[in-house]
Amino acid sequence: MQRIGVFVCHCGSNIAATVDVKKVAEMALLEPGVVHAEDYQYMCSEAGQEKIIEAIREKNLTGVVVCSCSPRMHETTFRKAAEKAGLNPYMVEIANIREHCSWIHKDMEEATKKAVILTRAAIAKVNLNTPLKPGESRVTKRALVIGGGIAGIQTALDIADAGYEVDIVEREPSIGGRMSQLDKTFPTLDCSACILTPKMVEASAHEKINIYTYSEVEKVSGFVGDFTVDIRKKARYVDMDKCTGCGVCQEKCPSKKAPSEFNRGLNTRSAIYTPFAQAIPNVPVIDTDSCIKFKTGKCGVCSKVCQAGAIDYTQKDEIVSQKYGAIVVATGFDTIKLDNYDEYAYSQSKDVITSLELERIMNAAGPTKGHLERFSDGKAPKEMVFIQCVGSRCADDRGKPYCSKICCMYTAKHAMLIRDKYPDVNVTVFYIDVRTPGKNFDEFYRRAVEQYGVNYIKGQVGKVIPQPNGKLLVQGSDLLDNRQILKEADMVVLATAIEPNEGVRKIATMLTASIDTNNFLTEAHAKLRPVESPTAGIFLSGVCQGPKDIPETVAQAGAAAVKAIGLLAKDKLLTNPCTAQSDELLCNGCSTCANVCPYGAISYEDKEVNDHGIRETRRIAVVNSALCQGCGACTVTCPSGAMDLQGFSNRQILAEVDAICR
Amino acid sequence: MKYSYYPGCTLKNKAKALDVYARASAKALGFELEEIKDWQCCGGVYPLGSDEIATKLSSVRALNDAKEKQQDLVTLCSACHHVIKRVNDDMKNVEDIRTRANNYMKLDEPYAGETTVLHFLEVLRDRVGFDTVKEKVKNPLTGKKIGAYYGCLLLRPGKILEFDNPENPKIMEDFIRALGAEPVIYPYRNECCGGYISLKEKEMSGNMCGNIMESAKGFGADLLITACPLCLYNLNASTQDGLPVYYFTELLAEALGVKEEVAQV
Repeated sequence: MQRIGVFVCHCGSNIAATVDVKKVAEMALLEPGVVHAEDYQYMCSEAGQEKIIEAIREKNLTGVVVCSCSPRMHETTFRKAAEKAGLNPYMVEIANIREHCSWIHKDMEEATKKAVILTRAAIAKVNLNTPLKPGESRVTKRALVIGGGIAGIQTALDIADAGYEVDIVEREPSIGGRMSQLDKTFPTLDCSACILTPKMVEASAHEKINIYTYSEVEKVSGFVGDFTVDIRKKARYVDMDKCTGCGVCQEKCPSKKAPSEFNRGLNTRSAIYTPFAQAIPNVPVIDTDSCIKFKTGKCGVCSKVCQAGAIDYTQKDEIVSQKYGAIVVATGFDTIKLDNYDEYAYSQSKDVITSLELERIMNAAGPTKGHLERFSDGKAPKEMVFIQCVGSRCADDRGKPYCSKICCMYTAKHAMLIRDKYPDVNVTVFYIDVRTPGKNFDEFYRRAVEQYGVNYIKGQVGKVIPQPNGKLLVQGSDLLDNRQILKEADMVVLATAIEPNEGVRKIATMLTASIDTNNFLTEAHAKLRPVESPTAGIFLSGVCQGPKDIPETVAQAGAAAVKAIGLLAKDKLLTNPCTAQSDELLCNGCSTCANVCPYGAISYEDKEVNDHGIRETRRIAVVNSALCQGCGACTVTCPSGAMDLQGFSNRQILAEVDAICR
Repeated sequence: MKYSYYPGCTLKNKAKALDVYARASAKALGFELEEIKDWQCCGGVYPLGSDEIATKLSSVRALNDAKEKQQDLVTLCSACHHVIKRVNDDMKNVEDIRTRANNYMKLDEPYAGETTVLHFLEVLRDRVGFDTVKEKVKNPLTGKKIGAYYGCLLLRPGKILEFDNPENPKIMEDFIRALGAEPVIYPYRNECCGGYISLKEKEMSGNMCGNIMESAKGFGADLLITACPLCLYNLNASTQDGLPVYYFTELLAEALGVKEEVAQV
């Protein structure tokens, strides 16, 4: 028989205001095995923990139930306290009478009744608990960063500077990401490339950083500390070792009509290309969809002009398999497609553009060499209208429910830059709210209004109407003036909502990392663990976790790096002892468990068993406890009841159910 | 193929052309419009009041009639289509309206939105297919630059009408192409003509129609087509030297070579 102590926490008034904690303690004393019960204001406090330790020592407790908040909050705290007193930590159970009870109920009598039942269930379980011992697993001292934008680069640099090997996997031919497409950055207006390229060079030159560009993560297996990842290096058709980056192939390539991804399709590029001048690596790739050699078999100009003999049309995709201790996701964002916003005439007029397209237009290396001009006729605009929140803060399912966070600031930046460079251009901004929290952000926005005379109108635009004369009529409302506005414009710029990059769902599935309805990766705790995924060993960097600007991204990238370093610094990890086990006398080797195991932890072996005197060789399921995550899928699937989960055995769970139904 | 057909009041007097050319065209295209017996006026305006049941009953009767015949219900007039389609959606999805309407109706089997409501243009697009229409065209309207005028009733609310993208529709443009003519895309094609406001504030409706006409003209249209008797009236009544406006069925009958069969309307 166990000797169980029950400790009921008030959690200030969080629990005690709704649950009669004294009554819960009293009722607990009536349960089998319970030899001690008390309540206290804050069980998680030093003094509260001391009470548990004292009781274990004095009353010789063999099991502990703490009636408090969710085990996600303080299970570890109480288990550590018990361990201090010499008790196996797995003899401690939590009855969650806060999140599951006091916070969701109003009636004291009802809530107390429920708290008593939850406590009873926990006691029933502890009565069947056995001491468990965690195993150990090794840590591979190497990190993988998925995504080579500013988030990925910063995370990689920080991990590498701490002395660990880092691989960056980037889908595009060059690292640099979204930031490399920007012209200037707010609120300082420094040139984006000027501050990004040194980081790109640093990452590329770092002896601890290895960069796989034009590559994608194909498969992930293993677990925290010991992931195995297959990376597909897509065929570049250019030998990385031989290419000198002279650029002659791109110049001579006769196929120059492919839309430039880097310039958002505003101009074209050659079939063999590097996305931009400062690309790292400065080695082009061949886009086989537009390459004449690949389409017709004739051409081969790039191969003929390449002095280094680097062109290799026979190159194949290559799979690299590598082990990692930690994985950081830094997959970034894209702007949403505007198919659901045809009222803004984006698909109907070349002079309606997105803000990211404007970045390229304003950039000296962009499609217009930095000159602001209309794409319909090449003329300089005189009237420009910016529309904010296109697809952001959307109440229906046309757009995104969230605020994209960066648009207010970049629109103020665009407005200011245009007024500065072209003082004869009038700039009007339609907004719902101007949101500028951030260091020097509101000052920046006010400068746009007060110093640069940008005309801000509070109100939404209903329609952009292309006119036969080539101008655009913007129909909107001025909510402060309570009137409808019809404004003629030469160009309209849409502050398009941002969303996680395409493919992030696939990556999250491979990593078993959770993702929300908007495809942002979920953090382990919204406030207290913002850079970790709930899946151990997976960390989050940049916009893949939620909209953020560059300074926030860099800060989060550093934080993710610190968390990854904290993991890599360990030689060994304690593994969760709550893993599945197969009873060889019950198992009939049917393979049902192996089919449902998401971690590939179950295999089979032929084993000689002694079944009540009958000796025979049987096919038996064997669980690799290093791979098993204790999810329990096999235990509920097993038709013969041979699979059981330590710490959550079928007997324990049924005892809990019985206690609740009693 | 046989469809139940709800013409609506206007199609029996002012907008006869919309009706008769549709019937002739349907015959030429190989489907039949079977007029519902004893149909009543749809009311012309979808009643927004959530407790307004009596004004929805004529639509329910027409819908139930088609259900009993196991036919899809075809409409032509934008306003009728709008009202009937929305009432059908209410009967399918709004429990309170369904219960109360059925309490009035006392049908053998309660009506719960089972009938599919199709606009004549949807029949051409989804059942006949514009490719087939194109094949059956005898007198292609080559060289004609036609602006499609959708108005608002066919398109909105988009999720219930499910007719086309309300901000950038293309069904009528595809129709125009099938007839061998050239569609003119102009931004005001999905804007409101003013509707019934022309009775009370002629000037406002006049301005709205003026914008539509000017825009269509500016982008080079020679004529406009519409499916709505009220749009046609407003466009004609409130603009001077505007473009000629036709019902789309008249052009269809002309292209199919059946216009002459129909007695002059």
